[in-house]
Parts: sequence; structure tokens; C-alpha cells
Amino acid sequence: METIGGFAIWFGVIGRFWPVWLGLAIIMGLSYAFKNRLGLYGQLYDSGVGIAGLAIVLFWILTAMFADSIAPFDPIEQFGLLKRKPPGVIEPGSGIPFFFGADNLGRDLFSRMVQGSKFVLTIAPAATLVAFMVGITLGLPAGYFGGRIDTVLTFLANLVLAFPVILLFYLLVTPGVRETPIPTTMAAVFFIFPVIMFATLFKTGYGARPVLFWTLMAFTAVIGGWLYLGLVFNRDPLGIVGLDPNELNIFAAVVFASSPGVFRIVRGLTMDIKTRDYVAAAQTRGEGPWYIMLWEVLPNARGPLIVDGCLRIGYTTILLGTLGFFGLGLSPESPDWGSMINQTRGFIRLVPTIVLPQTIALASLVLGLNLLADGLREQSLKD
Amino acid sequence: MFILRRLGVMLLTMLTLTLIVFALVNLEPNLKKLALEQNNNRMTQEAVDSWLEQEGYKRPLLVRYGEWLGNSLKGDFGYSTRFRKPVNEVMPERLGYTGILAFWVMATMVPGALIIGVLAGMREGSKTDRSLSVFSIATTATPEYVSGILFTVVFASWLGLLKGVSKAGDVSFENFALPVMTMSIYGMGYIARMTRASMAEVMTSQYIRTARLKGMSFGAIVTKHALRNALIAPFTVIMLQFPWLLTGVVIVEKLFNYKGFGWLLVEAADNNDIDLVLACSLVSVAVVIVTQLLSDIGYAFLNPRIRVQ
Repeated sequence: METIGGFAIWFGVIGRFWPVWLGLAIIMGLSYAFKNRLGLYGQLYDSGVGIAGLAIVLFWILTAMFADSIAPFDPIEQFGLLKRKPPGVIEPGSGIPFFFGADNLGRDLFSRMVQGSKFVLTIAPAATLVAFMVGITLGLPAGYFGGRIDTVLTFLANLVLAFPVILLFYLLVTPGVRETPIPTTMAAVFFIFPVIMFATLFKTGYGARPVLFWTLMAFTAVIGGWLYLGLVFNRDPLGIVGLDPNELNIFAAVVFASSPGVFRIVRGLTMDIKTRDYVAAAQTRGEGPWYIMLWEVLPNARGPLIVDGCLRIGYTTILLGTLGFFGLGLSPESPDWGSMINQTRGFIRLVPTIVLPQTIALASLVLGLNLLADGLREQSLKD
Repeated sequence: MFILRRLGVMLLTMLTLTLIVFALVNLEPNLKKLALEQNNNRMTQEAVDSWLEQEGYKRPLLVRYGEWLGNSLKGDFGYSTRFRKPVNEVMPERLGYTGILAFWVMATMVPGALIIGVLAGMREGSKTDRSLSVFSIATTATPEYVSGILFTVVFASWLGLLKGVSKAGDVSFENFALPVMTMSIYGMGYIARMTRASMAEVMTSQYIRTARLKGMSFGAIVTKHALRNALIAPFTVIMLQFPWLLTGVVIVEKLFNYKGFGWLLVEAADNNDIDLVLACSLVSVAVVIVTQLLSDIGYAFLNPRIRVQ
């Protein structure tokens, strides 16, 4: 079987990623040129750690976007002759090399790694976003009002946090659970929070301006209802948004596992911010509690929340990898990184390189997010 | 009074969580899976139903939960269907193996993390600080199933120094090095960052400046004045590492096929071994809650300023 050398492999890989390099150059070049006008995002370009993190994260985002043109092969197509071949082996049919070799079933590792980024980069940020909405909607009143609401909600959050994550997933993400209404119910409960949050946000902010208010409310109802139908019940009338039952199961479990953490942070920040003078001023003006929470406290808590969001997306990426590693919830065909690690790790004795692409991909994405969070924290503390 | 209230909340937490686990393992599809697993997978729906009926799985959930609770309070955790032995015979042995592993992880992770954190926080912004900070970010960003595999590739496949699997109960360097290294490096970064932050804060405080102005050497300031106060905050973080250690243990034990508590938990959950899953979750939840309580008490003990209330 013909192979290509180490130099040719790297040259080929760098060549395949050309849309990513182009995109990176355009985005980072433009941002650097206008960095003074871009606020906190622009300030990132002043710190080395921030630039490094941003570059890695952007690299993976662009890879996910252009995955179909980067990956030379279908990620689930099996080439029986090429099972467990080392990097650089040429596929005889098309003459295109397997840059990173083939896995135990003869699938191209490079294509699988590239396609795997799509799964991670859609589920992880989306689940984190929903977890944030849930955490914010519950954390603000808990921190602001204190008292009984706080006691009950904190107890519930600690309940979930006391659970070992793995056990939680083993119980919640199984084919058995998917036969019951539990995942759909959980998703239905979680997805209602963004709608509640936006409705309250508009009500408190624009309640005095009926035209604007009702337009925004109609907008929320339409978009929210559409996403709700598509994501929770998989019955999107337009057929654009949809989640398979197993993906919904994973999504709900991940949101469930990470929202208590967000809740705790939001609660802590609210308790700190509510003692500030501008909150006292708003109270004296006679503003309602929800106005103060959503328009005074929340915007002032954004710095730590953005940093935590970056870290949490990284953490969710690790969680999704863990799910794949334990073979929970994902189909064996699926090219996500965790499942790939799990399927190939038995063959490290024969071909040590077989596990490298997916492990390094996962670690680099999480590292990028952590560096980005660190850069953001450093820059937001400066002023 | 405070501690009594905490104990009450702890009990309530444990009760609620075991009830939730109980409800989840007793879902209809899970019971069916159990029936099939226990009877060689060839069964009609009627046979499954009659088996469940006969074994008493069809009684109301709360009655059975009450029964389980009563028995556990007497110290009888039921019967493991996977291992076909009482839970009390299966679990202590596995817990012991994991205990040894956890001990070595803590014994390498905590000193390592504290040294890194103190060195980095001692002179904030210096070259040492920057490189150690990047190192600790990199370690927290690499989950166990990634670092463990990378270490196996390097140390077992390429260098041939260590083995890729670990046998339970064999405390030797070659057997333990990989799992311990994998877990302690992942946890080290986090503790080191906390230590660094706390150390950096202490180094800017008034009494350190006073000590410096009276002419003490830098080394003496760090060891005599700064360290004591800087190590209070990391104490809490270290205590809170135990629950995380549990999750890590499950991954690492599966990765290196080390048959300890984590391996047991996975086996139990995979086979829907009801009593064993319940016992495992009880143990892990107890570990989490007790360490939380200990960290709060310990924090109050170490830091007299918050003891006033």
C-alpha cells in the first residue's frame, strides 16, 4: 500500500484547512485593525494569552462551519482494506491520502476529527446558553430576595451538585430513559426559561411603550415557539430546527448538570451587587424588583458571567467527551471526539497514533476556551 | 445549632437523592433490562412481567423504597444482581482499592499544586508566574481520558516504561504511576490557580509590606508571614476536590481497567443492578456532603475572623 511521508502529511493537512486560514486571517486582521472601537473584544488583542485562546477557538468554529469542504471523505464510510493503517496511507480508489490514518473500522480519522467538531460546537455552546438562562432566571431572585425562595432554590441546586456527574449521566442518558417522557419533560421545562426571561426583560424594560413592547413580545413568542416546537418535540413546521431523541436526551442532561453551577454564581454576584448605590438609587426611584434585577444587576454582572461562560463551554465540551467515552447516548457511528477516543483507545498498542487526532482536537478546543477566559478576565480587571 | 441544622439538611439531601436514584433505576424499561439480563436475554413480554411480579418489583415504588431504607439503616444494603453476592461483600473491597488510589493521588497532587501556586503567586507577573499559570491552565483543560491516553501512548507504547493497565491491589510504581499521574495532573492545575490567587492577594497586604520595610529577607517573609494566611483558601478547594476525585476515579478506572469503586459503579449502572447502584450513589453522595461539611468547619477553624457569627 502506498503512503506519503511526514512532511507531505502536514503540508496536505494545512492545505485542506485553507478556508479556515482565510477566515482566521480576515476576522483577526479586521478585528486587530479596529480593536480600539470593539470594547472588551478589542482589548483581547492586547494580551498574548487572549489572542492565542481566540485563535484556537476561532479555528475550531471555522472548521465546524466549513467541515464539509475540509473533510475529504465521508466520516462514516468504511474502507475495509485500510483498517488501522498508519497516517499517510493513500486510499486506492480516489488517490487521496488518509492524513491521520484510519480507525479500527477503516474510516478516515482526519475527516472524522473535522466532522466531529460540528457536534461539539453546536451542542456545547447551545447547552451552555440554555443553562445560563435557567441559572440567571433562578439565581437573580434567589440572590435578590433571599429568604425562603433562596433556601429552597439553593437546596435544589446543592442537590444536583452533590450528585456525581457520571452517575447522573448513567441514569439519565440511557435508551431506557428515552422510552419514558423524562427527557422531553426536562427539555420542556428548561426551554421555557429563555422565553420567561425575555418576556420579563421586555415587560420591565419597555412595558410603558405598548407598541414596542407588543412587537418584541410577538417576536419572542414566534421565535420561542418555533424553537420550542423544533427542539423539544422535534415537530418544527419548517423542518429546519430539530434534535434526534438521543441528542435531546444529551442536551437536557447537560443543561440539568450545568445550570446549578450557573445559579450559584449568579446568586453570589446578585448578593454582592444589590448592596451597590445604583441599586439603592433605583429602589428609591420606585423601580420594581424585576426591573432592578434584569436592567441594573444583570448588566453589571456581565464581566464575570462572560468569563464563566467561556470556561463552562469548555467544561461542557469535556462532559460531551465523557459521554462519548462511556458510550452513553451517542450512536456508535457518530463522529464525535469522545466516541472516537473510546472506539480507538483499545488499539494504542498496535498503532499509537490512532488516538491522537481526536484527543488533541478535544484538548486544544478546551485549552483555547480556557485561555480565552483567562485573557478576558485579565482585560476586564484592567479598567 | 449551626452544625445541627447542617446535619438535618445533609440527611434530607441524602434521602431525596436516593429516592431520585431509586425512581430512575426502577423505570419500566430499566426493570425490563434487568429481567432480560438476569434470564439470558430470551424472554417474552409476559415472561418478563411474571418474573418481575415474582421477584417483587411490581409493588408500589414508595413501599419498596421504604423497605430499602429500613434495611440500609440496619446496615443491609441488599443483593447485587450483577455479582450475585450481597452488596456488603462486594463493595468494601472495591472501596479499599479506590482508597489506595485516592491516597496516592492526594499525596502527589496537593504538595505539587501548593508548591506551584506559591511559587507563581510569590512574585505576581514574573516569568515564573506566567509560565506556571499557562501550565496550570493547560492541565485543567485536559480531561483525564485525554491525558491518560496521551500518557499511555508516550510511556507505555513508545517508551515501554509503564504498563497501560493497572491491577487492583498491587501497590507498585509501574502499576500505579499512570493512573495517579493522570488524576493528579488534572486536579493540580485548579488547586495551583487558587493557591496562586490567594498568595498574590496576601503578598499585596499591609503586614507583608511592614515585614519588608523592617528588613526581613524575601524568603523569610514568604515562609513566616505569607504562607499561613495564603493557605487558608486553598484548604477549602482541596477538600472540595474529593467529590471531583470520585468522577475522575470512574474515568481513570475505566481507562486503566483498575477494578475499584468507579469500575463497580459503571458495572452496576450498565447492568441496572438496583441495590448496587443505590449503595454506590449513597457512598458517593455521602463523600460529597461530608467533605463539604468538613471544609466549612475546617475553614472556620483556620480563619478565626469568620467565627464571630
